[in-house]
Amino acid sequence: MSDFIQANLPYLLAGISVGGQYALIAIGYTMVYGILRLINFAHGDVFMAAGLIMVFAAASLPMYISIPLVIIVTVLLGFVIERVAYKPLRSAPRMSVMISAIGVSYLIQNCALYFTGGLPRVFPSIPWLTDTVTIFGAITKRVTVITPIITLILVVALVLFIKKTKVGMAMRAVSRDFQTSQLMGIKIDNVISMTFIIGCFLAAIGALLYFSNYQSVIPTSGSMPGLKAFVAAVFGGIGSIPGAVIGAFLIGIVENIIKGVGWTTFSDAFTFVLLIVILMVKPTGIFGEKKTDKV
Amino acid sequence: MFKKINNALNPSLRHPEQERASRINKVGAIILLAILYVFLFVLDNFLPAGSFTGMLIPVLRKGAIYALLCVSMNLLNGFTGLFSLGQAGFMLIGGYAYAILSIPASQHAAVYQYFDGGAIQFSIPEFFSSFLGAGLGSFVGSIICIIIAGVIAALFAALIGIPVLRLKSDYLAIATLGFAEIIRAIFQWNGFGIITNGSNLLRKYTALSDIRWDIGSVSLKFGTVFVFLIVTICILLIVLLINSSYGRAFNAVRDDEISAEAMGINLFKHKMMSFIISSFFAGVGGALLAMYQTTIQSAAFTSAMTYEILLMVVIGGIGSVSGSGIAAFLYIAANEWWLRFLDSGSIGSIEVSFFRGGFRKVIFSIAIMIIVLFFSRGIMGDKELSITGVINWFKNRKERKLAKKINASKEGE
Repeated sequence: MSDFIQANLPYLLAGISVGGQYALIAIGYTMVYGILRLINFAHGDVFMAAGLIMVFAAASLPMYISIPLVIIVTVLLGFVIERVAYKPLRSAPRMSVMISAIGVSYLIQNCALYFTGGLPRVFPSIPWLTDTVTIFGAITKRVTVITPIITLILVVALVLFIKKTKVGMAMRAVSRDFQTSQLMGIKIDNVISMTFIIGCFLAAIGALLYFSNYQSVIPTSGSMPGLKAFVAAVFGGIGSIPGAVIGAFLIGIVENIIKGVGWTTFSDAFTFVLLIVILMVKPTGIFGEKKTDKV
Repeated sequence: MFKKINNALNPSLRHPEQERASRINKVGAIILLAILYVFLFVLDNFLPAGSFTGMLIPVLRKGAIYALLCVSMNLLNGFTGLFSLGQAGFMLIGGYAYAILSIPASQHAAVYQYFDGGAIQFSIPEFFSSFLGAGLGSFVGSIICIIIAGVIAALFAALIGIPVLRLKSDYLAIATLGFAEIIRAIFQWNGFGIITNGSNLLRKYTALSDIRWDIGSVSLKFGTVFVFLIVTICILLIVLLINSSYGRAFNAVRDDEISAEAMGINLFKHKMMSFIISSFFAGVGGALLAMYQTTIQSAAFTSAMTYEILLMVVIGGIGSVSGSGIAAFLYIAANEWWLRFLDSGSIGSIEVSFFRGGFRKVIFSIAIMIIVLFFSRGIMGDKELSITGVINWFKNRKERKLAKKINASKEGE
């Protein structure tokens, strides 16, 4: 028994840790979708950009400056993207907004390609986070253990923020009914900006944790985690924060178990199989609200 | 009102003026195509190889292939209103089906070196070459392979469509994207290596350079002509479909699903039809791309490829076949030829320090964002390019200028 645990614990730990990182990205997807009904295809690339900014910041600045800097710049990036690429299309059909999101994703990836010169950039090791620790005989990095804890703290804080504060109440109102909340005097643009800021803040922290584990950043390294986080959001019921977190942990764990069994090629495919199954069986996800179309 | 609709649909009831314009367009298109083919034939064979033709030929070939891919995506996204992002998956199926069926038997050991020569031990072009001669044999054989490639892609589409097409807008987009990723994972899996060669590339199959005709000592090349021939036929078929009653039904589904259903259009059947046909042509496009590249590897068919085609469709105008064609050629030419200097580090003899690898792509994506945000109708909007249209545009230019002047003077008051 102890042999079995020792053999499989690293995969489980890695799964929980990756799951926490996916959860931090998934919240950005689910909040934006809840309010704008838009799949923000660029969110995964914002996540990658955060990793890349860290690479460049840490090259010339000490750690205690570069980490806050990364978070601030990423949040600004998300804010600017919303203002420039999505706000002018508020009344346009949904397809054009989605195309705009794909365009932004293409732009960020190409900018990253230009700044990195196409080479993988080594992610700086953040002291303390990347130290090795031993848990039940399994050797791993400290970041693996810390990630789920940080994730849970942030999620609880976010849920409290949405439930208790005035801005949170405005967010809930906007996600319920866009037009009515506008009539009630809610400044929609501010609420949407706030959503993007929170999403990008969490994505930046997710990126710091994720890349501490994976060591190198390439321009496309955001797209797969991005898609997986989106699937997690769909699984949990899009618009629901706890749902997205549960979905992300599930995907992270199962994916790493599949890797442990030796089917690495299919670890990505599993995510999409899960997506298609959930869309077939329960398109609203496990915590989603049922909606009916009116003619 | 009904009479008006009838007039638009039934060619025999159209106004004589319209009838004349349509005839001019048809005859003109045939003449222009004939001139184009003569030019391509000359380009393939008689123009001296230099840096100009060395760029022009690949750009024309790739542009034509992407034109077909764009039109096939436009059929689905623009004319039927199904926002699907599975294009790369169907291209992958088509390209692989083509390559697997046309690798010569003697080359199997070399290509499938990690899989004991693979499971399939025949080659369709080789079979035809055995009694038609090398040139004609590979011509007929590769056309048959391309058709099979399209059919296999369409079969996959039929299977995928049953669950996926019940979904709406963004859920459909993400599900098709997911299927494309699953297809890629399956093709990369070593378990199917005896057929797909696992994650290794496929090569040595019939490529565009093999499409030629040997007469005695003279060898005539038909590479570019072949690509344009297949692409023209495919786009023509799509245009015929769009203008048929099925095409009208697709448009109705796009504009309003509920009213379309109320008018007696079977939603699922028509969505399925559009999906399968679009995937067939994506498969054909994938096969042509394989021929153009001379090697093919599943790792290249990522979602970025689909995004690129989607952006071309947007640049050309969602819902315009000719727009898609123009955009594909412009995009490929700008990307592979005209904007190359942005990566090279200098304009002419002037050195510019920030012109280095990747700068072209940055400029390109900014241009695309500008089009998406400020010119969302693209080059053509939902209109089509026609000869009479161009003539009328030039005729009306003076009137438009005059109208502009009048408007300006009115505003001045």
